[in-house]
Amino acid sequence: MTVTEERATVGFGRTLRKEDVRFVRGHGSYVDDVSLPGMLHGAILRSPYAHARIVSVDTSAAQAHPKVKAVITGETLAGLNLAWMPTLSYDTQAVLATDKVRFQGQEVAFVVAEDHYAARDALELIEVEYEPLPAVVDAKKALDAGAPVIRDDKEGQTSNHIFDWEAGDKAKTDQIFASADVVVAEDILYPRVHPAPLETCGAVADMDPITKKLTVWTTTQAPHAHRTVYALVAGLPEHKIRIIAPDIGGGFGGKVGIYPGYVCAIVGSIVTGAPVKWVEDRYEHLVSTAFARDYHMRGEVAATRDGKILAVRVKVLADHGAFNSTAQPTKYPAGFFHVFTGSYDLQAAHCQVTGVYTNKAPGGVAYACSFRITEAVYLVERMVDVLARELDVDPAQLRMQNLLRPEQFPYTTATGWEYDSGDYPKALQLAMDMAGYDALRAEQREQRRGREARGAGEASPAVASQHDGQLMGIGVAFFTEAVGAGPRKHMDILGLGMADGAELRVHPTGKAVLRISVQSQGQGHETTFAQIVGHELGLPTEDIEVVHGDTDQTPFGLGTYGSRSTPVSGAATAVVARKVRERAKIVAAAMLEVSPDDLEWTTGRWQVRGDPDQGRTIQEIALAAHSSLELPEGVEGHLDATTVYNPPNLTYPFGAYICVVDVDPGTGQVKVRRFIAVDDCGVRINPMIVEGQVHGGLADGVGMALMQVMAFDTDGNHLGANFMDYLLPTAMECPSWELGETVTPSPHHPIGAKGVGESATVGSPAAVVNAVLDALKPYGVRHADMPLSPAAVWSAMHGRPLRTDLAIT
Amino acid sequence: MEITVTVNGTAHTRDVEPRLLLVHFLRQTLGLTGTHWGCDTSNCGTCVVWWDGRPVKSCTVLAVMADGHEIRTVEGLASDGQLDPVQQGFMECHGLQCGFCTPGMMMTARALLDAEPDPSEQRVREAISGQLCRCTGYENIVRAVRWAATHPASDTEVPA
Repeated sequence: MTVTEERATVGFGRTLRKEDVRFVRGHGSYVDDVSLPGMLHGAILRSPYAHARIVSVDTSAAQAHPKVKAVITGETLAGLNLAWMPTLSYDTQAVLATDKVRFQGQEVAFVVAEDHYAARDALELIEVEYEPLPAVVDAKKALDAGAPVIRDDKEGQTSNHIFDWEAGDKAKTDQIFASADVVVAEDILYPRVHPAPLETCGAVADMDPITKKLTVWTTTQAPHAHRTVYALVAGLPEHKIRIIAPDIGGGFGGKVGIYPGYVCAIVGSIVTGAPVKWVEDRYEHLVSTAFARDYHMRGEVAATRDGKILAVRVKVLADHGAFNSTAQPTKYPAGFFHVFTGSYDLQAAHCQVTGVYTNKAPGGVAYACSFRITEAVYLVERMVDVLARELDVDPAQLRMQNLLRPEQFPYTTATGWEYDSGDYPKALQLAMDMAGYDALRAEQREQRRGREARGAGEASPAVASQHDGQLMGIGVAFFTEAVGAGPRKHMDILGLGMADGAELRVHPTGKAVLRISVQSQGQGHETTFAQIVGHELGLPTEDIEVVHGDTDQTPFGLGTYGSRSTPVSGAATAVVARKVRERAKIVAAAMLEVSPDDLEWTTGRWQVRGDPDQGRTIQEIALAAHSSLELPEGVEGHLDATTVYNPPNLTYPFGAYICVVDVDPGTGQVKVRRFIAVDDCGVRINPMIVEGQVHGGLADGVGMALMQVMAFDTDGNHLGANFMDYLLPTAMECPSWELGETVTPSPHHPIGAKGVGESATVGSPAAVVNAVLDALKPYGVRHADMPLSPAAVWSAMHGRPLRTDLAIT
Repeated sequence: MEITVTVNGTAHTRDVEPRLLLVHFLRQTLGLTGTHWGCDTSNCGTCVVWWDGRPVKSCTVLAVMADGHEIRTVEGLASDGQLDPVQQGFMECHGLQCGFCTPGMMMTARALLDAEPDPSEQRVREAISGQLCRCTGYENIVRAVRWAATHPASDTEVPA
């Protein structure tokens, strides 16, 4: 345990989190904790069918319920021109269905009542007549001739096709493949999963009938973006909308988009003239809010016989569900999937992605995916293992042979990304050293020899160790992330450039208030961002308050997702603090009656160069800046500053992961024995928080690799709509994580930080899956799709691989 | 139905619907929002409170069943302004991120430590295995509980 390490009180280092003081007392303030006088409660009626025409909706009995204040249907909203709303991908999504329902769990009607239970009762009184239609469940059949057209609401839409998109040089890639010594190919599914934060989504909407100001407490990772979208959707004046995101109980990308329930709560408040709370339950959350992945990929790798990887080629069929509401920069309908070239020096690469509609919930970009880099890393890291199997070489050595070398940075990939910095071989070597890689391989060889000697499948007569009789597997994965979106000339969401503001005030007594646009969902911004200010100004962390989560109190910015808080808003914070420091320099010069050019900065203090006794602390300067001290002509008083940070490039964290598993050959049960994770996220502001984020992402990897999937039956019924069916890892499935680090600062970030929030979620699934398939090598299994449940593993071992995303009945 | 439930040492008498869940009674009727509502199916454990000294999932208990019983919630974990070592351990070891699972985890942890003052890491994992955390990968929760085991209340300083 390392919890007794020395604590930093100023600037970077391990320091306890400010926000924990309220959380451990049960005094967090989440959306469902908000209670306003006269508040009413909303509930949503949802479709039982995946695809059906709505014949009629009869709300009369619900309206007659004594506690019901309003019943809102698609027809009600159509009258307000609000039945449909724009999505973050320039598509449309039904707020409440009017013509058809297009996925199971889709929103059909909204009841507002005096209490939560009465609202639920009233849902039972609404009579909806449906005419069921055949559902499109399998993305591979969405483009079949004769497939039902899901989006017949869209003019000119005659199929379920959404987009085709490609990146890279196809001709050059094809040419390399045509002449390569070795080509391997594999069909790989990254199944539909869901981020499932423990707090579901919800909102409390309060339209003041007098001032006409709308206040919405809501579960959002992007308060400013939500405000602008509400203004555009509802025609409300933006300055009359206040979005408050209080404490958020986990988001992981699922709280970026705008859901129909939020809009319904707002309409409910407008209609009733009272505040309306709507908080969904777990079933509603899992069936209707943003899913993740659902990428059907075919990967190919071309290489030389001696293991030099030359090119990668990928085709993707992307299941986007019933409405294309994925959240990513406008230019990139497949997100940043074209970072699939991974961490290797390739001659060429090409990907082609086709997006389709199906009768499933919308979403697609969520769950700590860094805009689809999860899918890209999983694809390339599985393919490298497939190649290693083909060439009969060690997968770690094959990676080491092909990793980018430190001297190649900055490195432009075959699909156009400019990786900023890295020492990849060092990170992989450290992971191998920590794991004792050679010893693990020796143990595995010994185990396999023993099994062969005894005859595969028979139990050992003398149990020598706890792992005896198990199939040991060692999995390696290396990842490069691309985070901190992004340069505004390339990246926007709904036309809003992805730059973020920061405002800093230093009060006369030297206490500071930082206002930021990004939104913590547990990342500890109140601590980390105070540490950045402290690092730049020498103020103690406890003297800096961070204000976030309220559009009336913070500068505009696009919020927290894609690991962008530290890369973008953290940079803005450093820049705004440096502005304050420069202003303080002028004030200090006036105080000391010297030229600013004669001053030098030491932590928390401007002093005369060569005469360190002559100096003023930042606290003294702050007081003077607010005093009657005469300042040079044109210099304003006070120590306040603002900035907007437009990142010059993305940042590129990376890491090397090694997973050791034991597979029970009799049941297919996988036990994760060890997990070694070396992360390089550049400079670490608070190592304790960084490690915590990595821990969480590693658990995600174990969950996705072994347990989590949202499967559907052929009628489109959701088979993972609660935590009894959608399995998440508990403390029993997680090993004690073994972390290591290297530090390669980002050359273009003001403090050299790269961001880490999603690294482990991106990198870990491939390590676990590679480990399981390594364990199954004696059975000749080259690939099997996630989740590698006991059934999936057992079936693969017996030559009958499962299709994990569909239940064929 | 009129019920009297003692919560964190204070008796509360209320007229409630028979179907009202204990989690909603605590949160909505009494305004004790430290206990959270996460899944409805007894899987996530964000709603764990003590029932006569034993942890239960309050989303699966009716409020009327608690009539005449003693309930303890996260708001009752600290005593006389002094944080419980478990609360201190969660802060010291970064045992929480978003904080949503934390109250339930801490209530289970305190019950474990009362029964087993020095549990192994494996025992801690077993004790919290009926609860979910989506942020921490459990590592620092386990460390936090172990920290509390090695820092009995008499040693605990109240943080500023």
